[in-house]
Amino acid sequence: MLIITIVVVALALATLAATAFVVASRRRFAPKGLPDAPTAAPPAPSARPLPPDVVRPPVRAAPPGEQVPGDETPSEDVPGSVEGTALQALPAEMPAPAEIPAEVEEEKPARFKERMVRARTLLGGYLSAVRSRGKVDESTWEELEEALILADVGVLATGRLIDGLRRRVKSGEIADSASLISALRGDLIELLAGDRVLHMSDEGITVWLFVGVNGVGKTTTIGKVGLRETSNGHRVVMAAGDTFRAAAADQLETWAQRAGATVVRGNEGGDPGAVVFDAVQHAAARGGDLVLADTAGRLHTKTNLMEELKKVRRVAERPPGVVSETLLVIDATTGQNGLTQARQFAGAVGVTGVVLTKLDGTAKGGIVVAIAEELGIPIKLVGLGEGVADLVEFSPEEFVDALLSES
Amino acid sequence: MFESLTDRFDSIFTKLRGRGRLSEADVDEAMREIRLALLQADVNLRVVRDFVGRVREQLIGMDLSQSLTPGQQVVKVVHEEMKRILGGDTLKVTYASKPPTVVLLAGLQGAGKTTTAAKLASWYKRSQGRNPLLVAADLQRPAAVEQLRVLAKQVGVPVFSEASDPVTVARKGLEEAVRVGRDVLIVDTAGRLAIDAELMEEVRLISEQTSPHYTFLVIDAMIGQDAVATAEAFHKTLELDGVILTKVDGDARGGAALSVKEVVGRPIVFASTGEKLGDFEQFHPDRMADRILGMGDVLTLIEKAEATLDKEQAEQALSRLQQGQFTLDDFLDQMQQVKKMGPLSGLIGMIPGLPKEVRSADIDDSMMGPIEAVIRSMTPEERRNPSIINGSRRARIARGSGTSVQEVNNLLDRFKQMQTYMRQMASMPGVMGRAARRATSGPKRINNKKKKRR
Repeated sequence: MLIITIVVVALALATLAATAFVVASRRRFAPKGLPDAPTAAPPAPSARPLPPDVVRPPVRAAPPGEQVPGDETPSEDVPGSVEGTALQALPAEMPAPAEIPAEVEEEKPARFKERMVRARTLLGGYLSAVRSRGKVDESTWEELEEALILADVGVLATGRLIDGLRRRVKSGEIADSASLISALRGDLIELLAGDRVLHMSDEGITVWLFVGVNGVGKTTTIGKVGLRETSNGHRVVMAAGDTFRAAAADQLETWAQRAGATVVRGNEGGDPGAVVFDAVQHAAARGGDLVLADTAGRLHTKTNLMEELKKVRRVAERPPGVVSETLLVIDATTGQNGLTQARQFAGAVGVTGVVLTKLDGTAKGGIVVAIAEELGIPIKLVGLGEGVADLVEFSPEEFVDALLSES
Repeated sequence: MFESLTDRFDSIFTKLRGRGRLSEADVDEAMREIRLALLQADVNLRVVRDFVGRVREQLIGMDLSQSLTPGQQVVKVVHEEMKRILGGDTLKVTYASKPPTVVLLAGLQGAGKTTTAAKLASWYKRSQGRNPLLVAADLQRPAAVEQLRVLAKQVGVPVFSEASDPVTVARKGLEEAVRVGRDVLIVDTAGRLAIDAELMEEVRLISEQTSPHYTFLVIDAMIGQDAVATAEAFHKTLELDGVILTKVDGDARGGAALSVKEVVGRPIVFASTGEKLGDFEQFHPDRMADRILGMGDVLTLIEKAEATLDKEQAEQALSRLQQGQFTLDDFLDQMQQVKKMGPLSGLIGMIPGLPKEVRSADIDDSMMGPIEAVIRSMTPEERRNPSIINGSRRARIARGSGTSVQEVNNLLDRFKQMQTYMRQMASMPGVMGRAARRATSGPKRINNKKKKRR
């Protein structure tokens, strides 16, 4: 009986709320001179001659974009069903891994060092003040809490970290402020422990899928990873799987040139899965061993786009493709929404690692602490700038030192 | 399930009702909750401190003894303060005395400046009747110029660019606008870090060369604590006129909006609400306040409602509500509609301000069955006017629906109670409150009219 009571009340409120909102929002969204822009029709294939390392497969038979989510029938727009006549027009061999220009080599360690030096000089500012106080009092806790919250670690994760430390201070395990700082540092480093390796598959063609919301730096990161891997002797194929954004494939093409990789692109507005599939096929046919698949930025709140992403992943796994890494790219300036992003993307396509970008700015990127704590996803790479060499392996020690430093 | 700020306040303040005025200790507890909510919403820590301090002053000594819903009253104070900060001065769209009116867009990498530039151009063209020219001064990011060209074509606005350097491009863009008689110039620039001295100098030069009428900071709604440092730095270099918030269609709580507004003191002018070029609207401070305070799930509810409900029916139902004529028939209709929106348990989580018992109850969609059955077993007259339902009618209805007289009684009582609750909710801030106020304002007028006739 009580249940009926509650249900009636709740339902009434739900209906009333929904009713009111529909009407209110209908009024609000009535166009006042903001009509939808006409959606871009896929442009005609470019007339300009393609440089030898750019691959453009024929127009897909399937209509662009509007695929039914969760569509499992294999006879859907399976790109393999189109005969590879276009593939025959491609260069017989993949370009050899590019020689990395000397200045790029030098640039890399210098910039990283510069960033870390800045972090270390600031490091003194915070830790020494607390350290020198010696005892641990309420203001110590406040300062620690403040430092973590300002770093975007989040209130709840911060609370848990602080609670743990409080217990140890109470029990006498931690005696003074210097030990407290060390303990916090240790806890954070432990939390951030994880598998840093970007795995290659022994069989088939390895695919690393890059996912994330809009504007985080997926395409730029692929450029950097491409250079890294060509330097390691791999033959890299980049898949321009962002078929939504204007000039996204052009953008990736530029990165491919910088990295010494091949790029496979489709038509704007075309099926992203098809492009990834083509890239895998191309790699298989031409001796490539690593496909870096770009995808369009998408808000995790958009169900249809998340369904599309699931489909892209499924297609990428069609033999000989093996998706051995699904990397979630996260912007270091992101607040607590980063955790939601991680949850949703992990739930949808499974995330094997995080790439934290734009860490060369003032943001601390502390959200990865919350991600590591709740989801256990390792941070594998860090982006430190817009240059092709601005990529380093994540180091928990250096990250935590920078996190706790004052700025 | 998301526990809203109101829930938390309800549990604190219900026990205080008898005590009358709020003591400092009571207020402290409330302040802790507010602080937590705001930090979780990404409002900057220092801004939170100031905000909480101001609200605190307003709450001490507040008399809650008369209120049936003290938690809501407290939330109202918080909500009002937030709306005040976020809203306040709106930007009046003005134009330079000597055309073109230059609009400069600046911000971090990935904020959405290029897309915003195109949207802004479209806005000026379509809703302001102007002739904008876009300037592609982002020469840093690969294919940025190409991206802007494609977008500009989609909105039918010309683009100027050349392969020189950003400052030169901006300056020449201005000359071009003058030459061909375009009255608005929108300059897209490269994303840059606020601490990059060289690039900040570059954007300062661009500003110097073009004398913008408006300089807007484009900022991502999901940005965290860093919003303040970034906004301050850009403001210091460029003296901002306003802020454009992007990716508002996500589920980030958007506390950055409050932080930036507090720190920079300039209005948030536009909100970019989607990937399509038409997804651009003037900023709504009250919606943002709802969202930051965690009442933002109603936005999802709106979206679901929009997608699934029959708009005609909804409008009719609402007007009947407003006239105090919401009947069991309407309730039945709306129940059908709501069923289309997805599992009831999910929807319940999205509605703010529901009593705790409702939120935590294990609600299953199958529970709607008996309710529907009861209503369907009533005659149209009974549904229109439940007061005629006497004992024998109740028995008949119970038999017809396969329920008991007790359940029928319950339903009728609760339906009536629901209307009382709606009136109470009218005092609640936020979208629900506004909906409730609209819904309950009707019957009173009718009653007055009736009295006059006598």
